[in-house]
Amino acid sequence: MSEVVFANEMDEEMTLNMGPHHPSTHGVLRFIIQSDGEIIRKATPDVGYLHRSIEKIGERCTYQGYMPYTDRVDYVAAMFANECWASACEKLMDIEVPKRAQYLRVISCELNRISSHMVALGAMAMDIGAITPFPWALREREYINDLIEELCGARLTFNYHRIGGVSFDMPKGWRDKVFAFLETFDPAMEEFDRLITNNTIYVKRLADVAVISAEEAKDWGLVGPNLRASGVAWDLRKEDEYSVYPELDFDIPVGQGLVGTVGDCWDRFWLRCQECRESSKILRQALDKIDEHPEDDIMGKLPRKMKPTGEAYVRVESARGDMGCYVIGRGGQEPYRVRFRTGSFTAMGIVEPKSPGLFVADLVALIASLDVVAPEIDR
Amino acid sequence: MTPADIFNKLQGEFGDEVVFNFNDGSEGDKDPWCQVEPFRIEDVGTLLKSDPALHCDYLECVTGTDFPDDDQIQVVYHVYSYAKKHRIVLKAFLDREDPVIPTLTDVWSAANWQERECFDLLGVLFDGHPDLRRLLLPEDWEGHPMRKDYEEADDYHGIPTIRPNPIELFSISLPDKDGAAEEGEAEGVADAETATAVEEEV
Amino acid sequence: MDPSKLNMMAPAPGYDAKYLDDGGSVITTRVDDAINWLINWGRANSIWYMLFGLACCAIELMQTGGPRGDLERFGAAPRPSPRSSDLFIIAGTLTYKMALRVKRLYDQMSEPRYVISMGSCSNCGGLFQYAYSVCKGVDQIIPVDVYVPGCPPRPEALLEGLLKIQDQIRNERYLQHRYGVGTTPNVGAAE
Repeated sequence: MSEVVFANEMDEEMTLNMGPHHPSTHGVLRFIIQSDGEIIRKATPDVGYLHRSIEKIGERCTYQGYMPYTDRVDYVAAMFANECWASACEKLMDIEVPKRAQYLRVISCELNRISSHMVALGAMAMDIGAITPFPWALREREYINDLIEELCGARLTFNYHRIGGVSFDMPKGWRDKVFAFLETFDPAMEEFDRLITNNTIYVKRLADVAVISAEEAKDWGLVGPNLRASGVAWDLRKEDEYSVYPELDFDIPVGQGLVGTVGDCWDRFWLRCQECRESSKILRQALDKIDEHPEDDIMGKLPRKMKPTGEAYVRVESARGDMGCYVIGRGGQEPYRVRFRTGSFTAMGIVEPKSPGLFVADLVALIASLDVVAPEIDR
Repeated sequence: MTPADIFNKLQGEFGDEVVFNFNDGSEGDKDPWCQVEPFRIEDVGTLLKSDPALHCDYLECVTGTDFPDDDQIQVVYHVYSYAKKHRIVLKAFLDREDPVIPTLTDVWSAANWQERECFDLLGVLFDGHPDLRRLLLPEDWEGHPMRKDYEEADDYHGIPTIRPNPIELFSISLPDKDGAAEEGEAEGVADAETATAVEEEV
Repeated sequence: MDPSKLNMMAPAPGYDAKYLDDGGSVITTRVDDAINWLINWGRANSIWYMLFGLACCAIELMQTGGPRGDLERFGAAPRPSPRSSDLFIIAGTLTYKMALRVKRLYDQMSEPRYVISMGSCSNCGGLFQYAYSVCKGVDQIIPVDVYVPGCPPRPEALLEGLLKIQDQIRNERYLQHRYGVGTTPNVGAAE
């Protein structure tokens, strides 16, 4: 006679492997999940599947020549990495950027912010199980891609900003096209809200899921929309007052917990919708004000030799929050050390402490709502 | 508070053996920084976070840099305060052969992943870190690539790390300079004309 | 009226009838060729690709599948699993850490399978030629059918790549390759 003896009948912990090829991990991420049935005990992220040694390559490129690589730091919102690198070099070499170039930077960045948030919103809805919002969001993104392509010639990896300015001025008639796009975009956001943001199923699915408090968010170094969704009104565009943002009038949306607790997944989704609206506001003002500055004055005065000594740390408000660039020069043509501090990297750190007690399906919601992009984590 | 005030406060608290060498950012370095004795970094961090006047609740960035000339590895901490809106940059100079520094994970949780990355790419050991594993590179990777003297291996699990240059692969011989000159002469008039034009200009 | 002109089945002028009372519109073909054509027609127009993005190109792959590129009009639908997909689009930079996984995914796909290498990075390492952690070309680990150049390629370029795969499928002698139809059995080998 024999009988099967369980050490602990209730203990049925199993290990699930999620990724690196998984349709809802936003690129190549991997999670090793210890779960008891549907309930996660611990989810350990395993990153680095897209570690492309961009920082090491920076040590063998010239300052100007490194610009295309910064595109690949965050390919969904490449403008911000461009801007970050350009401003870091400008700070290091004391280069002044003309006003018109700064306006063009703001315009291109805000367009890119909308298109990046469109991917984030659409992909999050798709991860939750709603397929329709994704093509709707991509439709808007395609318009922006066309606009940016007309501006700088590329759809995804823009390489538009230069140290000391930008590479091209606006083409003729481009402003009207942007206005025409914004005319359709604002109602499209209303439509999007009706379609998914206020959808009862969607709200019930996301409210009170994976709540991140303000204290936790600060402690783990969350930045950008993720931090603001937790109720911290912090936006570098207001706080650091870089570029021409002080001349523009816009609000900072902060998570309010309209359907649940402040800092839940729905708040992060809603906040990105609001940010798109603010970006649209900024774009209208910037396009109105840009003509106060002379045309084709888009490049500042560069030093004859770019061989700086010293170091500089610059941060900009990217679509995924505070993006910092730390550059050290030691008198050579190439930087001695380049380091990017990105929003997704720190956002991934919080997944492990937040995961215990979540359902497996809610983990997907958490990752999607943090809007992580694989190359920004791995660089 | 200005970085100088923060430095003075830290130095008053810990003495000039622990916090020293203040650089006010007027020269090449654009951000004011000060040096910290590596083995007291955790105390300095704790004070920075808990002191109500300093209140640095945001660890922005942990960077490791290799300086083989000086035989040291620098670990740079950018610390910021949301409430007071001031920043201080702390640098710790470690021995390159045996880089060890206490972890700041207990002070700021954000240090967890950044220190893991620093360990992965530079081989800095963070003493007391709860989970010091490789973060970005595979577990079985050898060496720390952000070090200046890192040399790439020939292959990784049988995958070669070099792709042959297609020009060599198909053995297309590039014309050398002498040969090109001869061909140019044979090709004839156009080149000769431009050549004379250039001569006239000179 | 000439009754022969009423015969709609008469051979075209200049052509001779082959059989008695020949109507002239008899298609003579080999059965295996016809079936082959039919199978290839079906396969070429229902390529299921694996939903798998690695890097920047994955965004363009998404947009190709989106409303404007609309990959689905060529019958190409995304599949989440390698076991049910025919086409593997390597969209983006392949790192060493990922390379072993990609190899495994490729091994999990069932034959016949096709691979599109999308973008410079997966073609040859591209921009990351000097990176210590990037595999210099996906063809170092798995065979590739179509290389799409660009960094990243536009959606139109990827569509062109898909059409090339369709061409390749249409020209295949599928039955012959898979089941040896139409080939002479090797009788003498046993003796």
